[in-house]
Amino acid sequence: MLSFTIQRIGLAVLILFVAVTAMFLMIRAVPGDPVQIMLGPRATPELQALLTAELGLDQPIWKQLAIFYGNLLQGDLGIDVFSGRAVTDIVFQQLPHTLWLILASIVWSAGLGIVIGAYAAAHPNTIIDRIAAAISVSFVAVPAFVLALLSLLIFAVHLQWFPAIGAGDGFWGALDHLVLPAFAIGLSWVGYIARLVRASMLEVMGEHHIRTARAFGLSERRIVMVYALRLAILPVVTVIGVGMGFLLSAAVFAEIVFARPGLGKLVIDSITTRNYPVVMGAVLVSTGLFAASTAIADLLNAWLDPRARSAR
Amino acid sequence: MTEVLLEIDNLSVDYETGRGDLKALRNISFSLNKGEIVGIVGESGCGKSTLISSILRLTAPNTRFREGEVRFKGRNLLNISEQDMRSLRGSDISIVFQDPMQTHNPVLTIGRQMLDIQHRSSATKAEKLHRAAEMLSAVGIPDPQARLKQFPHEFSGGMRQRIAIAMALMSEPDLLIADEPTTALDATLEVQIIEHLRSLQQDMNCAVLFISHHLGVIAELCDRVVVMYAGAVVESGDVREIFGNPKHPYTRRLIDCDPGHIKERARVLPTIPGEVPDLANLPKGCIFRERCDQAMPRCTASVPPLQTIAEITGHRAACWLNHEEMAS
Repeated sequence: MLSFTIQRIGLAVLILFVAVTAMFLMIRAVPGDPVQIMLGPRATPELQALLTAELGLDQPIWKQLAIFYGNLLQGDLGIDVFSGRAVTDIVFQQLPHTLWLILASIVWSAGLGIVIGAYAAAHPNTIIDRIAAAISVSFVAVPAFVLALLSLLIFAVHLQWFPAIGAGDGFWGALDHLVLPAFAIGLSWVGYIARLVRASMLEVMGEHHIRTARAFGLSERRIVMVYALRLAILPVVTVIGVGMGFLLSAAVFAEIVFARPGLGKLVIDSITTRNYPVVMGAVLVSTGLFAASTAIADLLNAWLDPRARSAR
Repeated sequence: MTEVLLEIDNLSVDYETGRGDLKALRNISFSLNKGEIVGIVGESGCGKSTLISSILRLTAPNTRFREGEVRFKGRNLLNISEQDMRSLRGSDISIVFQDPMQTHNPVLTIGRQMLDIQHRSSATKAEKLHRAAEMLSAVGIPDPQARLKQFPHEFSGGMRQRIAIAMALMSEPDLLIADEPTTALDATLEVQIIEHLRSLQQDMNCAVLFISHHLGVIAELCDRVVVMYAGAVVESGDVREIFGNPKHPYTRRLIDCDPGHIKERARVLPTIPGEVPDLANLPKGCIFRERCDQAMPRCTASVPPLQTIAEITGHRAACWLNHEEMAS
């Protein structure tokens, strides 16, 4: 288990390195000089040259990359070119908003999806199963940004049940502001997880140990909820871990539509202003989030499945 | 003294399939007395599994009970409520399945599973765990307290099957169904398992329905034996009489083919040529006719009934040859 943990963390670091390097090179390939954007069209060439040197942009790209990683290892993500604040401060100020949004989306969608999927699998090919299938597929089909706009229009503007924009203050305020964006991001996951759990559950229900449990007169409810679900849940954990990437990109839409602070909004805002250090910092943290969540999912899976635990 | 515990009475079971009804069991009749061990022998596909799942009523959804009854302590199990049936499973009737590697839940500890199957008992958790440990040591698993905390994959196949026996006998059932409990195991383990089974059976005096195609084990363990072929009983009776004086050609061939029975070193191991008939499309007459070397015109004409050969021992066989013998 220990060597597996180390191995898995190593993989996460590798993912992080590749993604961050790619992003570093990509943002410099995008047209638009950050120095010109910062100083405006009327700046003198001398001033431009001075700032370019200060930002290190006159160095060859491999050297810029080396400097970037050198600073990163010291926990320094650079300085926001506009406000002059440390990028780490800015990013870690925004991170909790995104984290809460993603967490809320996962919790409600996985919870509901597992219930629907398990219920459908317990009554296969009945009318309940078919209705669940139809609902799940239509949930999967709705894009998050469409749902975000629609729910904003219906529940915030017309019905005024929930606030339209912002992140709210205090626990209840924050929760209130989370409802619509989490709903918009999570709904397709409800459908996805429900289908996954149903398929996985039906497979498990056909295994011999379920027959054993039945032969000992355990209630069908207990067989489904404990004996089958404990096994059927394993692929869901993996899928959610990998799905973090999709959730992060869906969070970008939700943060823009609902004008919520967060990493997604920060990235979009800083890309439009060519604010390299902030873009890099935000991307680094969200990539880190993704790499960490897949690693956690794998470790959680190994922990939930005793066979995998001792095999490693 | 001999009190009937289980009585299979003219049981016929079909499977509804895309290519018509599969007549998996046809007019099966036999009984099992309290504390008795009855063996069921037959090739794969002879209906042994259908018979077991019919007794426990754990059949596939496409199963149809066409006729007959399964009487347990006088009650017909085929028409009691699902709730009543469930209360019998694992308490009055227990089962040990064939494949020990698949029989336990892989993500729950053995202790948890042994605790869960005592769901009807009002004992405390500690008492239930104590009982589980007691059963484990009864089947020869050392250090049971520690072993209860382990998962199925941490045990060997032989140990898992012993655990399965411990679980099945924990409630002291009146009837234990053992579905080829040693088929998946080494020959050396087989003896061990049989010994544990026998000693526990004697302690608890429970009846055992022992399914196997290992004739040696059947001869060793059982009082009576039922020989099945293609969904029907072809011969039944006292174990020594059947093995010593088989009255059905199929039983005879089966004994000839048993590796334990072959004395000389053979170049080619004996087999029964031909295949089991298609249960969806049964041939006319005797079901064994096409593979039988003693077939007569009469065998094609009509199905031989299961006929009593020896009244005292209850030896019965379904073959026209015996009719010929008796007539002459």
